This record gives sequence, C-alpha cells and structure tokens, in this order.
Amino acid sequence: MATLTRPRRLRERAGFAGLMLVALATGAPILVVIGYIVWQGAPAISWEFLTGFPQEGMRAGGVLPAIVGTLWLTLGTGVIAVPLAIGAAVYLAEYAADNRWTRAIRLAIINLAGIPSVVYGLFGLGLFVLFLGFGTSILAGSLTLAIMTLPVIISTTEEALRAVPYSFRVVSVSLGGTRWQTIRRIVLPQALPGIITGVILGLERAAGETAPILFTVAAFFLPRLPSSPLDATMALPYHLFVISTQVPGMPIRIQYGTALVLLTFVVSLNIVATLIRSRARARRQW
Amino acid sequence: MRSVTWSEFVITRLIKTAGYSAILFIGLIFIFLLREGAPTLLEVPLRSLISGRWYPIEGYFGLLPLIGGSLVVTLGAAMIAIPFGLGTAIYIAEIAPRWARELLKPLIELLGGLPSVMLGFLGILVLTSWVRTTLDLPTGLTAFTGALLLGGIAIPTIVSVAEDALDAVPRSYREAGLALGATNWQTIWRVTLPAARSGVLTAIMLGLGRAIGETMAVMMVTGNAPVVPTGLGALFHPARTMTATIAAEMGEVANGSVHYHVLFLIGIVLFLISLAVNLTASSLVFRERKRAERILS
Repeated sequence: MATLTRPRRLRERAGFAGLMLVALATGAPILVVIGYIVWQGAPAISWEFLTGFPQEGMRAGGVLPAIVGTLWLTLGTGVIAVPLAIGAAVYLAEYAADNRWTRAIRLAIINLAGIPSVVYGLFGLGLFVLFLGFGTSILAGSLTLAIMTLPVIISTTEEALRAVPYSFRVVSVSLGGTRWQTIRRIVLPQALPGIITGVILGLERAAGETAPILFTVAAFFLPRLPSSPLDATMALPYHLFVISTQVPGMPIRIQYGTALVLLTFVVSLNIVATLIRSRARARRQW
Repeated sequence: MRSVTWSEFVITRLIKTAGYSAILFIGLIFIFLLREGAPTLLEVPLRSLISGRWYPIEGYFGLLPLIGGSLVVTLGAAMIAIPFGLGTAIYIAEIAPRWARELLKPLIELLGGLPSVMLGFLGILVLTSWVRTTLDLPTGLTAFTGALLLGGIAIPTIVSVAEDALDAVPRSYREAGLALGATNWQTIWRVTLPAARSGVLTAIMLGLGRAIGETMAVMMVTGNAPVVPTGLGALFHPARTMTATIAAEMGEVANGSVHYHVLFLIGIVLFLISLAVNLTASSLVFRERKRAERILS
C-alpha cells in the first residue's frame, strides 16, 4: 500500500506547488504593474501638475482639464445609470415573475455586458451624437457610458437585494406595508452596502474606458474647462492614449504622471468598494 | 389610502419600465448599428468585402485581414489566459489557504478594473522593447505583444466565472472522491473539474469574448498592419484587429462616406460575435442547471 501511495502523494504535492506558481505568476505581475507606475509616475506629481493646464502642445504643464473631464463623465454616468439600474434590479429581484419576458430581460443584460466597448462608441456616435444631435459632448458620452455600465450595477444590485432574507419582507407586509413601502423602507436600506459597491465598481469601469468616448466626448486638446453638459472635454484615459501615441517628443515623465493619476482614481474607487463590501459583511446581523 | 395606491401604481410602472430598458437598449444598439452599417452592402460589392486587402483610401475594403488579425491575437491570448486563468481559479477554489485567497481575489478583481489604455501604455513603453529584444524581431509591435496584454485582460473574467463554477460543485462530490481513496489532486481533476465543466467552458468563452472586443491595449501595441495571417508565424508580425480599425479610423472619416459605413459594418460583426458568445455561454449554464434539477428530483 505504501508503495502505491507514495508516488500519488508526490504527484499531488508537485501538482499543488505547480498551481501555486501559476497563481503567483498571475497575481504578482499586477502588483508589479501598479508598483512600476507609482514608482515612475510619482516624480511627476506636483500641485502644478494636478491643477495646471497642458502647455507647449501638451509637452509641459498639467492635466487639470482631463481630471475635471473624467470627474464630469463619471458623475454624468452615475446620474443616468444608477436610478435606471437600481430600478431594473428591483424589478428583477422583487417584481418579475419567472417567465419568458423575464428571461428575455436577463439575456439582454448578459448581452449588454458582452458588447465590446468600441461598439458602444459606435452606437453612441450613431444615436446620441448624430441622430439626437447632442454633438461630441459630456451628455452623449455619459449616456453611452451609462448604458455600458448598466449590466454591472444591475447584477450586483440584484444580488444584494436577493441576499436580504425573505422573512424581512413577510414581516413588513404583515404590518400592513405595501410592496413598494417594503422595498423602500426595508429591502433597499438593508441592501445598501451591496448596491453602493456595485455602483462604484460600475463607475470605476466607466472612468477608465477610452473606446466609448473616442467618438462621443473626447477632445484631443481643449485649453479650458467644460462649462455645460453639451461641451466636449478632455478625459484622463483618452489623454493618456493621446500623449503616448499621438504626440511626438512627449516627455516620458508626464506620460507616467498621467498614468499614475488615472491609476489612483481607478484604484481608490476599487478600494472604497472593497472596503464597503467587507465592512458590511462583517457587520451583517443576518 | 388612495394616494398611496396611486403613487404605488406609478412607481411600479417606473420600475417595470426600468426592468425592460435592457431589452430596449439591445434593440437600439442593433438598430443604430444597422442604420449606419447596412448601406455598405449596397455600396461595396460582397466580393470586395471578403477580399484580403484593406486599403480604404483607394477603396479596398477587404475585411479578411481584420478578422484574421482579431483571430490571431485572440488565439494567442487564449494560450495565455486559459492555463493561467484556470490554474488560478483552481488554486483559489480548491487549494489556497484562506489568507492567500483573501489576497488573490481582490488582486485579480483589481486587474479587471485597470483601464486597458493604461496597460497599452505600459505595453508600448516596456513590453514592446522586451518582445523585440528577447525574440529578436525587427519590431516589438506584434500580434504576440497584443496577445500578452489581452491574456492579462481576459484572466479576471476567466478566474471569477470558473471559480464560481468550482465553488458550486457540491461538497459531497469531493467527499465521495476522497472516500474512494483518491488524493485531493485526483479528486480535483477527475471529480470537481468535470462536474464544473460547463461553468469552466462558460468562463473561457466569456474571457475570450472579452479579449476579442478589447480595443485600446490592442490598438496601441499590435502595429496595426492589415495583413491576412497565413500561419502560426503571423503571431510574431504586426497585425490589426477589427476593434483597433474602428477606433483608429472612425475619427478621420467623413460621416456618411463609404469608409464610415464599412466601419459600422465591422461594428455589426463584432456585435454579432459577442451576441453569439454570450448566448452560447448562457445556454450552457441553463442546460447545466436543468440537468442538475433532473438529477436531484
């Protein structure tokens, strides 16, 4: 028996070690990438860089318009996507019967999640920029990004709603609450941390996307801040693309600095979402 | 009481509308892609579209090099993302101690959130020169460079979906394997993985779907040369994907021109590919659930 077992155990140990190496080889580069950008980008960060306008054909100066543009876009995306997505999630979790139509909605959401971002850009160009006449504007870009973000927020919100125990609803209804009152006063507050996490993860994705805003918002270079939703604007991801491929003789320090600003924005959203989720899990009473 | 029922009615309507909006959006996307892309079929003869030459300035709109470019880069990405993605998923779901799992999962999620333009930027500055010198190529802007980045981009999807599938395998399956004298290693390969087969397949499909639709990173590092790939060697030459073509050329075409319509046609092709991938993936999951229900009842 021992002679049979030993090679099997040996193989198991070798296999486990191999898988651990694979996981390490997958996880470690992520830290290296982030660390490298921080290391290379940090020297470029200064007050002037964060609050200044690009100068000398973007080869000097700061990235303020791009930061402001990305904030506007993220905000606009949130304003449009959040109510719609939460409504859709409430419908799926609380109202929808398990029938053909509900399955069709689910299929539609799955497919929305899979459509390439550049195709969203084409769609935004066709519908919002040209057909509805919004022009290349924050409005057109936010609408495009919002539709792209919907599936992420819907599915995380629905999951959060379904995690609220059924008995909570029964108690509320037995006390005379209507369906909407139950959702509004009991289910939504209980699911709030999960919903916020989903919203932030959705917005994180929107903030970092370039392809959907290429033809709907992005300005190569604008020496002023946007003043209305119908203005075009610069944005961090597009700016990074421009200065790393389209501008010859671009100082490398500014490129890494811009990458670091974008990275900081995205990663801090990600960390906030993770913290909210794990805190809510730890404090959950049910 | 009356006002309660009335506002309840309005709110229920609004929520229902929000619920159905996803279907509306899919419809709108398809309609507007068609509206701008369909005229191509009248303007460019089909024979020209399936030719091997993409040179829009002179009116050559052969889509083959672009489709081929997307395939080569995605296949390359698959060779990286499948082993590393599945390996990591198995490690997280079956082997890792708690602390390693708590460390790896957020890290992989973070990779999923990194903007692709940032990976493309690092690709240009670091990866291309590494590829050029290590593989001794005339240029580092190759399909292989794009595949390396795309592999990384597809990994988070593969890991999270595959890990969910492995988690969903009932504990009793593993216990039965171990009770029969199999080692943990044998149980993973002969019991758990086969039981999670359809979920793992879904993970691979969704990951590759993500890869074929990825734009910025690929556009920045693949060199964008529209050449019909002829063999495995194509991986080490510049290539141009469908997504990169749209992103690179849409800014420079006149609205309503033939070139503009062709770019939307490429968008339709990408839309249909993603539709096919996602419908197949979700039908796989659905079929599996049905089978599980049949076994249990």
